[in-house]
Amino acid sequence: MEVGQMQSRLADYTKSLFMEGILDAQFLQLQQLQDESNPDFVVEVVSLFFDDSEKLLNDIARALDQQCVDFKKIDAHVHQLKGSSSSVGAQRVKNACVAFRNFCEEQNAEESRRCLQQVKQEYYLVKNKLETLFTLEQQIVAAGGSVPMIELSF
Amino acid sequence: MMDSTCAHSSSSAKVMENGEQPHVLAVDDSLADRKLIEKLLKNSSCKVTTAENGPRALEVLGLGDGQHNNLEGRISKVNLIITDYCMPGMTGYELLKKVKQESSIMKEVPVVVVSSENVPTRINKCLEEGAQMFMLKPLKQSDVKKLRCQLMNRRS
Repeated sequence: MEVGQMQSRLADYTKSLFMEGILDAQFLQLQQLQDESNPDFVVEVVSLFFDDSEKLLNDIARALDQQCVDFKKIDAHVHQLKGSSSSVGAQRVKNACVAFRNFCEEQNAEESRRCLQQVKQEYYLVKNKLETLFTLEQQIVAAGGSVPMIELSF
Repeated sequence: MMDSTCAHSSSSAKVMENGEQPHVLAVDDSLADRKLIEKLLKNSSCKVTTAENGPRALEVLGLGDGQHNNLEGRISKVNLIITDYCMPGMTGYELLKKVKQESSIMKEVPVVVVSSENVPTRINKCLEEGAQMFMLKPLKQSDVKKLRCQLMNRRS
């Protein structure tokens, strides 16, 4: 596949992520911040988000497994996850966190467990999509091309 | 008062009057957010120091426990503090209070509080305590540009 085709494929793939609501405008902000002085900025920030999220998801799961569920602690974790997903533009993860926090407030353990599954699902989805996106970018760069800036009108 | 007619220069670094870039202290417990705010600030020609919590921020400011508040000895003067509101331990609000309750010139340093949550009582509380501004996360480049402009106008 030649570079032009790879670039179109990447553009289409990226656009689909926005259309499906998996990513929002904040992700574009990250891309716009990437420059020659920080050529791997997006990957770096997203990697921090992945590390953070996985730890938080584990902490939440563990807390929900306790005899006496500490909803305040869980809410704090979900708040953090909401914040970091919001910062990278992972819209569906963020929205799932918002729903989760409502059940934390109600101290509803069963619904909270369901929400955790929902958040995990959205998280693994965005992780998978972003890893694919980064791979497509790497392929273009490896073939000597450059990654075009996506033009999107909202 | 916010000067809404501040100029937006599209050319390179708009520096401080005395030739220095503004030094901003960014406080946030999230590593991803620290990285993000740092880049946003550097893109607006600011020198940046980050801190992961309130106590560490106070150390950077020379206001930490056990530190002698020697203004002459401080190498790098901080021109602006941007702090997340929700942090474990000392919150951004508590950090704001500590700075504003200083008897030294440190209390004049503008403090901007950022939060992912739009809670009016929280916002009012911060403004009443002397916060320069309250902004919603995630911050965008345009937010930081506006902030820097404000800072410039304040100093001149």
